[in-house]
Amino acid sequence: MSTSIDRPGTAPETAAAGSPVEAPAQVATSVSRGRLVVRRFLRNRPAVAGLVVVVLLFAFAYLGPLFSPWAYDELDYSAFLQPPSAEHWFGTTQIGADVFAQTMRGLQKSLVIGVLVGLISTGLAAVVGAAAGYFGGWTDRVLMWVVDLLLVLPAFLVIAILSPSFRGATWLIFVLMLAVFGWMIAARIVRGLTLTLREREFVTAARFMGVPAWRIILRHILPNMSSILIIDATISMGVAILAESGLSFFGFGVQPPDVSLGTLIGAGLDSAQTFPWLFAFSAGFLVVAVLSFNLIGDGLRDAFDAGSRQARKA
Amino acid sequence: MARFLAQRLLNYVVLCFIAVFVAFTLASLTFNPLSALLERNPPPPAEVIEAKRAELRLDEPIPERFVGWLADAAHGDFGTTVTGVPITDQLVSRAGVSLRLFIVGTTLGIVVGVAVGVASAIRQYRFLDYAATVFSFVLLSTPVFVLAALLKFGGLHLNEAAGTTVLYFQGEVTPSFQGSAAAELVDRLQHLILPTLAIALGQIALYSRYQRSAMLDVLGSDFLRTAQAKGLTRRKALFTHGLRTALIPMATLFAFGFGLLLTGGVFTERIFGWFGMGDWFVYGVQQQDTNIVAVVTLFAAVLVLISGWLSDVLYAALDPRIRLR
Repeated sequence: MSTSIDRPGTAPETAAAGSPVEAPAQVATSVSRGRLVVRRFLRNRPAVAGLVVVVLLFAFAYLGPLFSPWAYDELDYSAFLQPPSAEHWFGTTQIGADVFAQTMRGLQKSLVIGVLVGLISTGLAAVVGAAAGYFGGWTDRVLMWVVDLLLVLPAFLVIAILSPSFRGATWLIFVLMLAVFGWMIAARIVRGLTLTLREREFVTAARFMGVPAWRIILRHILPNMSSILIIDATISMGVAILAESGLSFFGFGVQPPDVSLGTLIGAGLDSAQTFPWLFAFSAGFLVVAVLSFNLIGDGLRDAFDAGSRQARKA
Repeated sequence: MARFLAQRLLNYVVLCFIAVFVAFTLASLTFNPLSALLERNPPPPAEVIEAKRAELRLDEPIPERFVGWLADAAHGDFGTTVTGVPITDQLVSRAGVSLRLFIVGTTLGIVVGVAVGVASAIRQYRFLDYAATVFSFVLLSTPVFVLAALLKFGGLHLNEAAGTTVLYFQGEVTPSFQGSAAAELVDRLQHLILPTLAIALGQIALYSRYQRSAMLDVLGSDFLRTAQAKGLTRRKALFTHGLRTALIPMATLFAFGFGLLLTGGVFTERIFGWFGMGDWFVYGVQQQDTNIVAVVTLFAAVLVLISGWLSDVLYAALDPRIRLR
C-alpha cells in the first residue's frame, strides 16, 4: 500500500476537523505520531469543546472591547449600579464603571497571565528537573529539598508575603512570581523520567561521542518527554489562572487600576446578592476558562497516552 | 518501621523550621510595619516612630530577630502584633476555629472522595461514573472563593424557602448566644455546614479522580481475579484486597492535600467571616505584620508535619513492604 494515491478514507476526518486537507503525497499506511495524536484528540469531544472555548474566550477578550462603547477605566456618571442594558451590556458598578469592559479587560489579563505562567513554569520544570535527574548528586538533593519545602510553605503564602514588594510595579513581576513558585511538582515528574532516559542507549551513545551535557538534555532528553511537557503546560495554565485570581482576590496580585477576573470577583462579592451582575459574569468567565484548559489538558493526556497518570501521582 | 517513621518525623521537623525561617525572613524583608504610622496625618513625632522601631527591633539583623522570636516562641510567647496585642492571646481561639473547619472538612472530603472514586471505578462508564466525572471537573475548575460565594447564596435561598434561618453564613457562632449547651451545639453546627462544604467539595472532587484511577488499575489486576477464584465474594475481594491496595498511593496525596488546605481555608474563613488562622494571615499581610505571618506559617507547617507523618503511618500500615522493614 505504499502508493501515493490520496486515499478517500482519510478525507472525512480531516474535513470534519475543519483543518486544511493534507498534501496528497501522504502515504496512507504510515501515519505519523503527530497526526495520530491530533486525530485522537479531535475524537475527544469535551477536549475539542475546551479548545474551541479557549479560542473563543481569547477572541471575546480582545475583540469584545472594540465593539463596546465604554473603556474599562471609563466612568459613566449617569449610571450607577445599573443592571445589564443595551447601553451597558453587563451593567455598571457602584462608581459607574462598565462591567462588560472591565470583565473583558480582566479576562485578557487572566488569560495572558495563565498562558505565560504555564509556559514559563513548564520551561523551568523541564530544565531544572532534567538537570537534577541527569546530574544527580547535589543538584538532585537541592531540588528535592525545594519541592518538599514548598509543600510545607505553600506558594500562595510566599507570594502573598512578597506582594508588598511588587505593589505599584508591573504585572510581569507577578507573572514571574507565579512561575517561579509553580514548577516544583512538574520538575519532580521530569526528574523521574530523566532518570530512566539517562540509561537509554542513545543517551549513552551521545555521551561517549563527547556531546556536552546541556546539549544531551536539550536534544535527547527533553524532546523524548515532549508529550508530558505539553500536557503539563496546559494543565498549569488552568492552575495559574486559579492562583492569579485567588491572589488578586485579596489584592495580593494584579494591582489597581488594572483589573483581572480575581480583582473583579473580589470587588463584586460583597454586593453580589443584590447586584448579581457584579459577580456572575467575572466568576462565570473564570470557571469556564479554567474548565476549558483542564479539558484540553485531559484530552491531550488521553491523546498522547503517555503513562502520565502514573507519573502525576509521584 | 519505627526507624522509618522516626526518620520521616525528623525530616518534617527540619522542614517546618526552615519554612518558618523563610517566611519570617521574606516578611521582614518586604514588610514595612511602620508605614501605617508614617502615613498618619498629622504625622506622629519622631520619638514615637523611633520607639516603635525599637519595640519591633527593626534595627537588628533579621537572623538575630528570628532567633529571638524562636526563643520566645519556645516558651509559648509568639511576640506582639504591630499594634502591640500579644499574639498568644488570639492564637488558641483562632487555631481552634481553623482546626474545626479543616478536620471536619478533610474527613468529609477524604471519606466521600474515596467512596465516590471507588463507586465510579466499579461502575465505569455508567451514569454514576459520568456524573462524578462532570461534577469533579467543574469543581476542580471552580476557585474556592467562587464556590464559597455560591454556597452562601444557596444558603440564603434555602433560608428564604424554609422561612427561618437554617444555615448561617457569617461567623462560627451566633454572637452572645444564650441557651443550653445542646442548643449552642446546634447553633455551631448551623454555622459549620456551609464553610465545611466549601472546603470539602474541592477535596471530594480531587480525591475521587485519583481514587478512581487507582481503583481501575487494581480492578484489572491478577491478584484480584485470584482472590475471587479462590472463593471470595466479589464484594469481599474488592474491599479487602482491592481497596486496600488502591489506598496506598492515596496516602501521600492526603498529606499533600492537607498542606493546600490553609490556602483554601484563607478564602473560606474570609468569606464566611470566621476568625481563624487563614483570616489572620490576610490581616497580617495587609497590616505588614511579620509576627502574625510567622505564626500562621508555623501553624501551616505543623499541620503539614502532622498530616504528612500520619500519612506515613497510614502508608506503613497499608503496605507490608514498609511495615516489615
